[in-house]
Amino acid sequence: MEKRLETIFSSHEGRQGELIPILQQVQEKFGYLSQKAMFEIAEFTGAPESQVYSVATFYTQFRFTPIGKNHIMVCRGTACHVKGAPIILEELEKQLGIKEGEVTPDMKFSLETVACIGACGLAPNMVINRRTYGHLTKQRVSEIISDLRSKEEEIKNEQC
Amino acid sequence: MSNANRSVLICHGTGCVSLESPDIKEAIEKEISNLGIMDVQVKATGCHGFCQRGPIVVIEPEGIFYSEVKVKDAAEIVSSHLQNNEPVERLFYRDPVTDEPIPYYRDIIFYKNQRRIILRNCGHIDPEEIEDYLDIDGYQALRKVLLEMTPEQVIEEIKSSGLRGRGGAGFPTGLKWEFCYKASGNEKYMICNADEGDPGAFMDRSILEADPHSLLEGLVIAGYAIGANTGYIYVRAEYPLAVNRIHIALVQAEERGFLGKNILGTDFSFEVNIMEGAGAFVCGEETGLMASIEGRSGRPRPRPPYPANSGLWENPTTINNVKTLVTVPVIISKGADWYSAIGTEKSKGTAVFALTGHIANCGLVEVAMGTTLREIIYEIGGGIPNGKAFKAVQTGGPSGGCLPASFLDHPVDYESLAAAGSIMGSGGMVVMDEDTCMVDIARYFLDFTQRESCGKCTPCRLGTKRMLEILERITKGEGKEGDVELLIDMAATIKDSSLCALGQTAPNPVLTTIEFFRDEYDAHIRDKTCPARSCKALFGYQIDLEACKGCGLCKKNCPQDAISGERKEPHTIDPDRCIKCGVCFDVCPFGAVVKA
Repeated sequence: MEKRLETIFSSHEGRQGELIPILQQVQEKFGYLSQKAMFEIAEFTGAPESQVYSVATFYTQFRFTPIGKNHIMVCRGTACHVKGAPIILEELEKQLGIKEGEVTPDMKFSLETVACIGACGLAPNMVINRRTYGHLTKQRVSEIISDLRSKEEEIKNEQC
Repeated sequence: MSNANRSVLICHGTGCVSLESPDIKEAIEKEISNLGIMDVQVKATGCHGFCQRGPIVVIEPEGIFYSEVKVKDAAEIVSSHLQNNEPVERLFYRDPVTDEPIPYYRDIIFYKNQRRIILRNCGHIDPEEIEDYLDIDGYQALRKVLLEMTPEQVIEEIKSSGLRGRGGAGFPTGLKWEFCYKASGNEKYMICNADEGDPGAFMDRSILEADPHSLLEGLVIAGYAIGANTGYIYVRAEYPLAVNRIHIALVQAEERGFLGKNILGTDFSFEVNIMEGAGAFVCGEETGLMASIEGRSGRPRPRPPYPANSGLWENPTTINNVKTLVTVPVIISKGADWYSAIGTEKSKGTAVFALTGHIANCGLVEVAMGTTLREIIYEIGGGIPNGKAFKAVQTGGPSGGCLPASFLDHPVDYESLAAAGSIMGSGGMVVMDEDTCMVDIARYFLDFTQRESCGKCTPCRLGTKRMLEILERITKGEGKEGDVELLIDMAATIKDSSLCALGQTAPNPVLTTIEFFRDEYDAHIRDKTCPARSCKALFGYQIDLEACKGCGLCKKNCPQDAISGERKEPHTIDPDRCIKCGVCFDVCPFGAVVKA
């Protein structure tokens, strides 16, 4: 079994009540829940794989495909909606060339919408890699994305 | 304890942190040490509830309130204010109506007309320092309860205070505790519901971030009253800062003996576990929440049995909202009579609202029950910005309703809002101006509830989906006669035949918008127009030939080459090529591009 999974399992007993925290920790470590990880979790908790899938697919937090290096979550809370969240999402889709729920082919960006992130005073908002960006406009979105792109370029050049 | 005479309080709530308040703190500290100022301490506090004007920096004891502070302002705050006693006027908050600079926290209308009981400590203490909480008599209520009161007396006190559940339903808290206290069973559980799922509500997040010890104190007192030795805080994983602060508070409270075995030397022991929700709105429903803690899908189950008799792992369980539990220590300290004197006859105490949307002062507002919507929106909230007219206010999130201007003088309490067709809910209050389309708002909320339906009850699972499809058709200009009647009919079925509150209330935003804004539905269906010019399919862009100066900016930016015209001559848009992206509308410096 993968070492990183073992480390996570070592702090649990495998009780049913621990299933959701285990899924959360595995996703945190790997970015998503792979088929292999799901199998190992089922083995560890002694629950049928179908049950582990049933629980994991019920909750929107869990995903089963890898995310991009920069994971963008656009808030679709009410305050964001009335202040133009759909326009922000549209702009991001245009800038990145992908739709909500997709990843760019180079795996640099992924895009999803999330329920309210609770920063309504700054609406409309998005979260990228845990950082909240508020008071968004099309212009700001475009600046933020090009900043992230140039950071990616820098990293690439350093590696060359 | 510090000997400092003055404090610089820098907000470290999610909003201000995203606007770089930790960097501001660092810059201020550096400048203070550069200038060798000795009598000042710098503190990170929780949310002041005025995130829109963040980052917020407050200087105590004088109470100067700086808003929208930037890192580059740090040096001036330190040299001018802290060293030379000359506050920096350009950073004062400005009244949205008069544009007057207002230096003092206490004079800002947004705060002045509030009555802060639940939010009493938010923004005034460092949430990561238990000392700060102890300095303001923190954990004294717990001491009183454990050393001087029996569980029956605690329950009696809460009952006579009139406290009702702040999660939305408004069930009397003392009674809920009594049911659980009287239930038979050795193992009992006390759960705090911090799964704040309503889009547009963020008060629980702010409290967890700003005042976690008040919540823990309330939770331990509740545990003592019902006879539980284990507590859970079920908090949204989308609130990482709140989760972190609660973890810190738990460790500190345990170290000081306010949690764990033999609390304050008594026989009472209580441990608290933190469970992070995994993003399911329906887990705000108590039986769904408990299923989630048990490691299952969060699907609600029929009641009875109620959680008080058979809850978590079939043991007697009480579930209270964050705001309810945070109120408990104050009631114990100040007494039930003090509390029950605030509010209305049936709704005691205060209510917290997350006032957002098209409003000048957006933020957390706490008022006595019975305050009118007008006072909240026009006095505390400062009215509607940009010279727009008020259209509606939405309370209660996806379970609530949209109320028009005729309800502005209605008092806000459980009964009045329910009578108006909305609900108190957990406290979201979204203000909408004349540019908001009410059909689109109904569509928005139904889109939310149909995604979040757990799927157990067919009318909720399929009914909300079918209603959404109808609303989508209407907003696209494909509505038919009879659609509204069909929506009303389906709404009644879903309300009647759903097991939990999600389905029972999901049609509320549709029903209230139909009731109060029927003309907008009719305009979409019959005239194929959107009166608010919000539904893309139902309006187009045109150039006002009088206002157009022929600068060419729109033409240059149009991604479809749909705009033509000679320089310095009025331009025109070809409607066949236009994709209504709105770029021309955004870039025109003369306001010559209009929606028609």
